[in-house]
Amino acid sequence: MTDFDTLSLWVAVPVGLLLVLGSTLTLLGTVGLVQLKSFYDRLHAPTLGTSWGTAGVLLASILLFSALDGRAVLHELVIGIFLLITTPVTLMLLGRAALHRDRAEKVRGIPPARARGDAGSDG
Amino acid sequence: MSRLIPHPLLSLGLVGVWLLLTRFSLGHLLLGTAIALIAGWALGALEPPALRRRRLLPLIRLAAIVAGDIVRSNIAVARLILTNGRGNSRRSGFVEIPLRLSDPTALAMLAMIITATPGTAWLEHDSENGVLLLHVFDLIEPGDWVTLIRDRYESLLMEAFA
Repeated sequence: MTDFDTLSLWVAVPVGLLLVLGSTLTLLGTVGLVQLKSFYDRLHAPTLGTSWGTAGVLLASILLFSALDGRAVLHELVIGIFLLITTPVTLMLLGRAALHRDRAEKVRGIPPARARGDAGSDG
Repeated sequence: MSRLIPHPLLSLGLVGVWLLLTRFSLGHLLLGTAIALIAGWALGALEPPALRRRRLLPLIRLAAIVAGDIVRSNIAVARLILTNGRGNSRRSGFVEIPLRLSDPTALAMLAMIITATPGTAWLEHDSENGVLLLHVFDLIEPGDWVTLIRDRYESLLMEAFA
């Protein structure tokens, strides 16, 4: 079924490099997620996976299947676009929840909520 | 025209996505077009605020700048994680940035840019006074980040959504 054997070296090498690059960055992101101390620092680590981690794997997939099928296979781009659009939503949700909690517990070093007349009605 | 296709850009984009996800064929073109039209009507029923006039050239320039920045910040953050934050000397912190942008589409694009670049996280935006609260992974000089966001990204977005 697989015709990977027929793949020319000129395709196989960049595909391999991109795959290794993407998966290494994603792995580093998860290492950071475990290793970093504060919640806000941890927010940054997985963005390695959602930016070039994903980009590397998707580019490798585009290249490989375009070469195998002999036509441009581009539907991986849709994954990239959706990831780009949806990550900020999750990130803001987590970030604002953490801010809200830290402000309620009066943790030091957290910027206060902007004065808005009524401090209780935080959206 | 505008009653039949209330959101031409959205519908065109949906047809494009449909054709990318399936193999190109006449049947899929027709099906995708039908779905895109229905989605356009559905969005029309929600009555979203009208998009302001946009210019394409600043957006293309912005995309090129951002693509470079994403690569650079990926390397920077990966290195910081590998070296354990330059031997624990890394400081992260909050930065407040007064934004001039108020267009929701432009703000959404800025949020995507800031999220896609590792090392910066968009936490909170106050739509009343336009202050954005950012968390920066490797904070050396807060003022640098204010000028970076304002001059590098915001000014181009203002140009595009003038």
